[in-house]
Amino acid sequence: MNKNIIIAGVGGQGILTIAAIIDLAAMNNGLHVKQAEVHGMSQRGGSVESHLRISDAEIFSDLIPRGKADLILSIEPMESLRYLPFLSDNGIIVTATEAYKNIANYPDQDNIRAEIEKSAKHMFVDASGLARKAGSIRTFNVVMLGAASPHIGIGIDQLKSAIEQYFFAKGEVIVKMNLLAFQAGFENQS
Amino acid sequence: MKKQLLLGAEAIALAAIDAGISGVYAYPGTPSTEITEFIQQSDVAKQNGVHSKWAVNEKTAYEAALGMSYAGKRSLVCMKHVGLNVAADPFMCSAVTGVHGGLVVVVADDPSMHSSQNEQDTRAYGRFAYVPVLEPSNQQEAYDAVRYAFDLSEQVKLPVLLRITTRLSHSRAGVQQQAARTQNVLSPSTDKKKWILIPSNARPNYAKLLDLQPQLAEISETSTFNKIVEGTGSKAVIAFGIAYNYIMEIKQAEKLEIPVLKISHYPLPDKKIREFTQKYDDILIAEEGYPIYEELLKGYFGNAKFRGRLDGALPRMGELSPDALAKAFGVQHKQLKVIPKVVASRPPMLCQGCGHIDLYDAMNQIFETYPEKHVFSDIGCYALGALEPYDAISTCVDMGASITMAKGAADAGYHPAVAVIGDSTFTHSGMTGLLDAVNDGAAITVIISDNSTIAMTGGQDSSASDKIYDICKGIGVEEAHIRLIEPLKKNLQNNIAVIKEEFAYKGVSVIIAQRECVQMAGEIKKTSKKKSTDKAVSVK
Repeated sequence: MNKNIIIAGVGGQGILTIAAIIDLAAMNNGLHVKQAEVHGMSQRGGSVESHLRISDAEIFSDLIPRGKADLILSIEPMESLRYLPFLSDNGIIVTATEAYKNIANYPDQDNIRAEIEKSAKHMFVDASGLARKAGSIRTFNVVMLGAASPHIGIGIDQLKSAIEQYFFAKGEVIVKMNLLAFQAGFENQS
Repeated sequence: MKKQLLLGAEAIALAAIDAGISGVYAYPGTPSTEITEFIQQSDVAKQNGVHSKWAVNEKTAYEAALGMSYAGKRSLVCMKHVGLNVAADPFMCSAVTGVHGGLVVVVADDPSMHSSQNEQDTRAYGRFAYVPVLEPSNQQEAYDAVRYAFDLSEQVKLPVLLRITTRLSHSRAGVQQQAARTQNVLSPSTDKKKWILIPSNARPNYAKLLDLQPQLAEISETSTFNKIVEGTGSKAVIAFGIAYNYIMEIKQAEKLEIPVLKISHYPLPDKKIREFTQKYDDILIAEEGYPIYEELLKGYFGNAKFRGRLDGALPRMGELSPDALAKAFGVQHKQLKVIPKVVASRPPMLCQGCGHIDLYDAMNQIFETYPEKHVFSDIGCYALGALEPYDAISTCVDMGASITMAKGAADAGYHPAVAVIGDSTFTHSGMTGLLDAVNDGAAITVIISDNSTIAMTGGQDSSASDKIYDICKGIGVEEAHIRLIEPLKKNLQNNIAVIKEEFAYKGVSVIIAQRECVQMAGEIKKTSKKKSTDKAVSVK
């Protein structure tokens, strides 16, 4: 078992929540984990990514080699394209559809969509819509995790129990809301 | 005990607590900040009374750590690479005094300059000072290296340098903790000759440091941090620090029979290096940083069998990657997907609603009435004012340089000589420059953009909080020329008027542009910070 995942987004969007939940699930399963993050300057509204590697064997590099990522999980559509050189031939892009426009020259969204469709296997997720339905826009990231869950290499139930563990301190209501969000993402087939 | 998933920085912090430190001293700086933050948040450290408050700068941090060592206790001092430039004076001299309680210096380098102004390699400082250097390759090794470094420091009575880079500091992996040990008892050193570095003492101390070098090399020779990974191939690698991970990645993924000598403990183990280099005719030197050991091994006139950053086998600058190592071994990449042209770059930027923006708006409007615009700025979020649409600053060099460069420009006859500096950067290294300006009667305007936190690194406590006005007054800036403004849209015209007046003044003036960091505002409004803001604004 060996999975390489790039989680992409914009500084401040909270991609590390997704990484932390996958990390927990992997550690609970006794798997090796390496997860490189971006701290510092880029966190101020710049592009950020996390290289997440899970394996049953020792992992050496904190960085995923180019062409070796199984999944690009992006919570912003344009950002999903930025890491294409890392994606393997059979890799998949799972991306949220809602653009985060904090730059003046944000490209035409239809062009972005077309490029994603052209570039790789892909899945679009209306994450904000599904998150609101689940009870809060703040479950956005967990919706995305749910949508990408078949490609992570860890069982759905194990991801769910990692969600319970991760949000435990915030109380039962928050846990339930996030499980709902995960399920909504999982069932997303758009 | 179960493995914990920790950042490299956190692994170092946990190891330091477990190694029995009595204090950590640091000034925030990416990628080193998380070490001290972890200790500040640790219940165990709290229970054990481990000192962890931020220092004013890296020099004061280092000296306090040395003082704790003098008192017989173990101390940790952490900084980013350029921070060691600030602390270079005590660092270099502490190699000559030596230590009493264990002293470990963690320096986090930032190759590729993700959040920095240069990519200097701290291992050069290790050689410069003649102290042992450890360069762990992964998070577990970082944990283990800290415990070992404290033991080594107390054994050889020297500060031990632990060098990491961004990638290790900011990447998580499972870490196995060792049993914690207690702190040293208070036992101040009584060896005055060791600590009083007047020339008559410094000479024998320095001679002792030089005499110690063969022993340090001998310790490296048997260190478990240096090891050989066998391979039957004829092309070998000497991999330093984290470069080991990348070559092992290639070796594993591509099933290559590459013999690898891993180095994570300096000075170099001479015998190991000699034996390894004699066995192979093609050796890649993979260093995460400067080609320091590549240069040494190649020699002045070169030696073709050593490949690396100097001959283009590896990139001359920037951090290494598995891809860079693969390329050096001629591993052919299949066709990679390319980034479509439609993708626009998304650089970091000032947050929406940030006070720095309103300050720059005011300044930009004023400068429209001047033939030229030159603004000397500094290290912090406000350096993002360099980018469009603000294009508000002209320089950003090193901590505190805004004030002193403005002074130099004023001395040269340029007016208005304007400096923009943050609150924490001002107390870090700006105050002394302001004193120069006052003593010289230089015609400069210093704008202290005070957001009452160390914002760029994530909102650490600023040493300047509540003190800026009094500091400026104490340094000798005339009170009539210490002005307070609140950079808000509604105050724009008033702020423009105040700034204009001070630009016109041909002496030292300070404008404190005070508005809480928007990132921190929500979190700390109710606490003591609120009170302090009220107080500071009422001074006038």
